[in-house]
Order: sequence, then structure tokens, then C-alpha cells
Amino acid sequence: MPGRERTMSKEALLHRSRIVAELPRGESQSELLRELVGHLRQNRTLLREEWVRRIGEAHLLGAMSQEEIFQEATSVYDSYVAVLETGNVDDLTAYARNLSERIIPRGVETNEVVGIVLLLRDVLARSLFAKYQSDFEKLNRVLDAYEPAANRIANTVAVGFVQERERVIRQQQEAIRELSTPVLQVRERLLILPIIGVIDPQRARQLTEQLLRAIRTNRAKVVVIDITGVAAMDVTVANHLVQTVEASRLLGATVIVTGLSPEIAQTLVTIGVDLGKMNTVGDLQGGIEQAERLLGYKVVLS
Amino acid sequence: MQVPILKQGDVLIATIQAALSDADLLELRSALVQQVVRFRSAGVIVDVTAMDVMDSFASRTLLEISHMIRLRGADTVIVGIQPEVAFAMVQLGLTLEDIPTALDLEEGLAYLQHRSRTIN
Repeated sequence: MPGRERTMSKEALLHRSRIVAELPRGESQSELLRELVGHLRQNRTLLREEWVRRIGEAHLLGAMSQEEIFQEATSVYDSYVAVLETGNVDDLTAYARNLSERIIPRGVETNEVVGIVLLLRDVLARSLFAKYQSDFEKLNRVLDAYEPAANRIANTVAVGFVQERERVIRQQQEAIRELSTPVLQVRERLLILPIIGVIDPQRARQLTEQLLRAIRTNRAKVVVIDITGVAAMDVTVANHLVQTVEASRLLGATVIVTGLSPEIAQTLVTIGVDLGKMNTVGDLQGGIEQAERLLGYKVVLS
Repeated sequence: MQVPILKQGDVLIATIQAALSDADLLELRSALVQQVVRFRSAGVIVDVTAMDVMDSFASRTLLEISHMIRLRGADTVIVGIQPEVAFAMVQLGLTLEDIPTALDLEEGLAYLQHRSRTIN
């Protein structure tokens, strides 16, 4: 529909001219930004060097070599200018994520990333002051156009970095959690759950869920929970252990707890946790032997 | 909603198929207590696989069923408690102490068979 298109574009034109009219002296925001981008492109080498110098002065990015900083600075500078020109932050977001992926394993901190972006903003602002120092009115308008865009860029980079960091942390937490709680089947209907390390309430809960699910999927009748590798236990975790034993019984499985250290045994008795319902055996070997007896296995030397 | 009670050899099997009201639970209780002697059953299995909530009334009724059937000369096994339900019950202190439990119907039948073998 050509007629419709024409009306649309006429409206758009009207809209645009209104914006332009509202700005003092008829310069549009985009024109100012274009002028700004031109200035930044022209002085690229100078400004970039100034920026890298100031990064060094502030002792940021200590984990990276001078050449690397210069290389990354060049890419950041160019994407920065591109964002000012187009107003589209997608590329910068992607670059920030990529950069974060590379520098996070090397121990670069959030404050350093935010620091360098703010430094770049300052370096560029200073160069604008120097360029327009004779025309205060114009400097003001240029800054009006520059500041929101610059703040948006700083935001994008910082948020990208923090998001990437959080993603890495989440991934690692997940990996640690998966690693730390294996439920192993050693014989038909016999499961072993070796627990190593510190048990906090969240991990205790996860252990229980995993164990109960494993009892169901493996059709287990006896479970040996070995806590040789647990150094300490408090009331909450001990009660949780008791609950796990009871819940397993409701699913028809008998639980044998092995490897209670002398310290834990003393603590549990002193704080008065009721372990009367728990079936405990000294070590893992004894626990497996008892489990085999319960299941009706007989081990014969041949 | 009524709970069907099946006779399988000398075992009665009650399979709960949906969430039950308190009245349904009481009805199940009296039906089982009556039928266990009428059919001369040695064991009763209550299958709760379909129950995704077990409140205090339900677990108390299961406890009562087990005790009453004991007095009528038979054993009760509760089977099919879901992992999530089991943990929720334990947290509420509803541990169904001294009632035998088993993973599923098959296990429950095996338990009763094993028991009658050891008694005879």
C-alpha cells in the first residue's frame, strides 16, 4: 500500500522535526553524537594511549600484560565508539560477555572492569572539555548527548561482567554439588552413600532427596550411609540425618550409618540427639557385612 | 470415593487411587477390619502410591488400621509412599512407627510371604 506508506513517513518526518525544534539552535542529538564520534575516531590513537596509561597508573588489570591490555583497550574503544554512533548495545554486550569469559579465569575483579570503563568515560569527557573549552554552550550540549550514552555503556559492560561471573559461580556450585553426593549401588538392592566434607542444611536436604529418589529407582532394601569423611555435625544436621533414616524406612529401606567419629559420637550424645532409632556400625566394612546379612547374602571363601 | 479391596490368596490389597476425604478413610478402615476376618486373610497391603499428600489424619488412620488388624490377627504393610511424601511426613513427625512399610506392591507381598514362612 504505497499511500499508507507515504502518510506514515510524513508523520515520522513531522515527529522528527518536532524533536529537532525542541533542541536549542536546531542541532539534533544525533548530529551532536555524529560530531562526537568523528572527534573520537580522529583522536583514536591519542585517546587510547591516554586511557591505557591511566589504567596502568590506577594499577588495574594487574593480571594482564601491557600488550594484552592495549589490545583489549583497542577493541573496547572501538566498540565504545560504535555504540555511541549506532546506539545499539547488542554487539558490545556480546563483546563484554566474551571478554569476561576470557578474563574471569585469570582473576580479574569486578572493581577493575568497572574501573577501566569509568576511566575511559573520564578520558573521553576530558578530551571533550579540551575541544570545546571556548564554546561553553556547545560543550554543555555535547555532554548532554554524551553522558547518557556513556553511562549506558558502562552499565552494559559491568552488568555483562557480573552476569558472566554469576553464571560461572552457578555452574561451579552445581558441579560441586553433583560431585559431592554420589549414591552407589554395590549389590542388588544395596546402596552406599559416602558423605565427605561439610554438611550444611542445604546439602543435607539435597542428600536426602537424592537418596530417597535412588532408593526408589534402584529398588533398594538396605542403604549404608558412611560419614567417615564428615568432620563435624551440629544439631540441625544430626536431626536431618535421623529424618532421612525415618523417611527411608517409610520407603521400605533399612538404613545403616557407619563411620561415626569419636568426636561426632561425643557431640551427639552431649547435645542429646535421639539416635535410638538408628542402626549404627563402626566402619564401612562392618556396615556392608551387616547389610549383606540383612539381604540374605552369605560370603564364602572359595 | 470408595477404595477397592482385592483378595489375592491370603492377602487383602487396598489400592488408594486418589486423594481421600476423612470420611473415605474411615470407611476404608471399617471395611478392612471387617473383611480381614471374613476372608481369613493373613495380611493386608495398603497401597498409597497415588497419594501425593499425607496429612496427620491420614497417617493416624493408617496407624489405627494397622493396630486394629493386628488385633484381628493379621499383619499390615503400607506400600508405595512417594519420596517427597515420605520426607514431608517425617518433618511433620508422622513416622508411622512400628508399621511395616515397603517400596511397592511387589515388595509388600514378598514381605508378607517371608513373614508367614518364618512363622509357620
